[in-house]
Amino acid sequence: MISKRALPYLLLLPATVFLIVFFVLPFLQVAWYAVTDDGGFTLQHFETMRQDWKFMPALTNTFLLVIIIVPIQIALSLGMASLVTKMKTGRELVLYIWTIPLGISDLAAGLIWLSILDQTGFMNSVLFHLGVVDQPVNHLLYNDYPALIAAVVLAEVWRSTAIVLVVLVAGMGLIPKEYGEAAEVFGASPWKRFIKVTLPLLRPSLQTALILRTILAFEVFAVAVALTGTNLPVLMSETFHWQFDLQDRHVASAYALVLLAVSIAFTLVYLRVLRVREEERA
Amino acid sequence: MATISIKGVQKSYGTFTALHGIDLEIADQEFLVLLGASGCGKTTLLRIVAGLNSPSRGSVKIGGNEVTHLPPRSRGISMVFQNYAVFPHLTVFENIAFGLRMQKLEKAEVERRVRRCAGLMHIEGLLERYSGQLSGGQRQRVAVARALAMEPSVLLMDEPLSNLDALLRLEMRAELKSVLQESRTTTVYVTHDQVEAMSLADRIAVMHGGHIVQVATPIEVYRNPATRFVGGFIGSPPMNFLPAEAVEGGWQVAGKRYEGPRADGLEFGIRPEDLEPAEAGFAGEVRVIEPLGAHQLVTMNVAGQLFRAVLDSDRRVSLGETLTLAPRPDRVRWFDTASGLAVAA
Repeated sequence: MISKRALPYLLLLPATVFLIVFFVLPFLQVAWYAVTDDGGFTLQHFETMRQDWKFMPALTNTFLLVIIIVPIQIALSLGMASLVTKMKTGRELVLYIWTIPLGISDLAAGLIWLSILDQTGFMNSVLFHLGVVDQPVNHLLYNDYPALIAAVVLAEVWRSTAIVLVVLVAGMGLIPKEYGEAAEVFGASPWKRFIKVTLPLLRPSLQTALILRTILAFEVFAVAVALTGTNLPVLMSETFHWQFDLQDRHVASAYALVLLAVSIAFTLVYLRVLRVREEERA
Repeated sequence: MATISIKGVQKSYGTFTALHGIDLEIADQEFLVLLGASGCGKTTLLRIVAGLNSPSRGSVKIGGNEVTHLPPRSRGISMVFQNYAVFPHLTVFENIAFGLRMQKLEKAEVERRVRRCAGLMHIEGLLERYSGQLSGGQRQRVAVARALAMEPSVLLMDEPLSNLDALLRLEMRAELKSVLQESRTTTVYVTHDQVEAMSLADRIAVMHGGHIVQVATPIEVYRNPATRFVGGFIGSPPMNFLPAEAVEGGWQVAGKRYEGPRADGLEFGIRPEDLEPAEAGFAGEVRVIEPLGAHQLVTMNVAGQLFRAVLDSDRRVSLGETLTLAPRPDRVRWFDTASGLAVAA
């Protein structure tokens, strides 16, 4: 007979084993590759990474994308979630439609936007037929940096805003209606209600959404590669490049560790800044 | 001057009509209680006055101004919610100050009003706490203080005491009454608790099935219910009803003749405490005896109907005994069988 105290641990065991085998061990292996060479400890791989001419661009590009994409997605999702929450009918339908892009892989999303934006794409045909442009223009030139960034931002926002939306819609549904009504009675305009009541009470969901979305945004890869090839290097594409093109798993591992460190740092910041203190819990 | 004038207010949800053309005039500084069982439309009516719901038809005026289509914040009201709705992310001070900050009052004025209202509700010591650190009764006090701090022309209260335990409810009821008497604010108070209604109200509006069936002072509602429903709803235990049969020159009720008004069909009504042991009257077998301290509640079987009497607890009554009780003649009420309306004797 299994004792009652042991049961929860027993039930957790399969998941724990799974995580150890498929997450902790590979992680340790990656960490090991990053700091060793022929069995000895070294920081040489980090040095190689740092001195690679594409490291700084990859780092800046990745941060720039995150800093642009995440706020846009949060703002859009807050607006959309507010709209959906207020809807009386058709709410499910609208949510399903808005979440369709979630079902598409990031590579496919990148290709969809490539087919819209490139020289022979939809956008050019429409503009050409409308007479706005005399001849199709290539919007994704390797040296047009703002355009490359804008294209990736556009595709990423289109592709992955819905995940934030879903989290926030669920979160808003959890806020008792009476708080909003009380704010309304006590003189708060819709905007003030949103700022003074909805946002503070939404902190737990915002936290979840931000952590999820920021980590995934740092891992931007397929969309960037599909739209810009190697013209807009990001941390993930450099990891891939070192691992498979240059066949150097040590430097690739160093890149991976940088990504991990950045993700952990941001998660800690979110946990701290958006925490709901014990006494504030209803 | 904050009178409230409700005219022809109707509210429908699809095919369901929650309110059927409500007309109600509430005087300045009056304490009006909307009393009714759940689902009677009392909260819907309150929310329409608040502006949280809009009527399908009809109009609401506050202080003579048409407010039917104004948002709550433009109506000069404040409200106490059933679940308090004390914001969990703000301290007690900030909760009470919420409405004042929205009005952009000066800091000193905000401070003064918050301290005064917290003092009135005896929560000065809790100002730095959060809602999660308060008991239900304390949250209730915060909710009332927040409403009073607005110095509103109309105060709306939606079952504010229903989530408190019995003893606390009694205490808060008395306290509310004294605070509100002093503030002289026009108040609309929703409750399903008739004792609460009786003890607080200047006037009670009894609601049933989306209609107001009677608006009168508590004693009037109790003594002279406008309909059979009101007699059966108000009073614990409620009014006794017996079928009456028309006979020459009066009505035959449980074997005894009474003088009554002329009508097609009537029911006889008498409150349980308006019965006295007598030689002649309603005779019935005692089924249940419930001692209540000062009184005892005796349930008998009179002419096949359940019939309750409140008797002095010194009077000896035994189970199975046949008791004869006479109604106090001035307390007898008659109701039309078909419409349920009271018929004057």
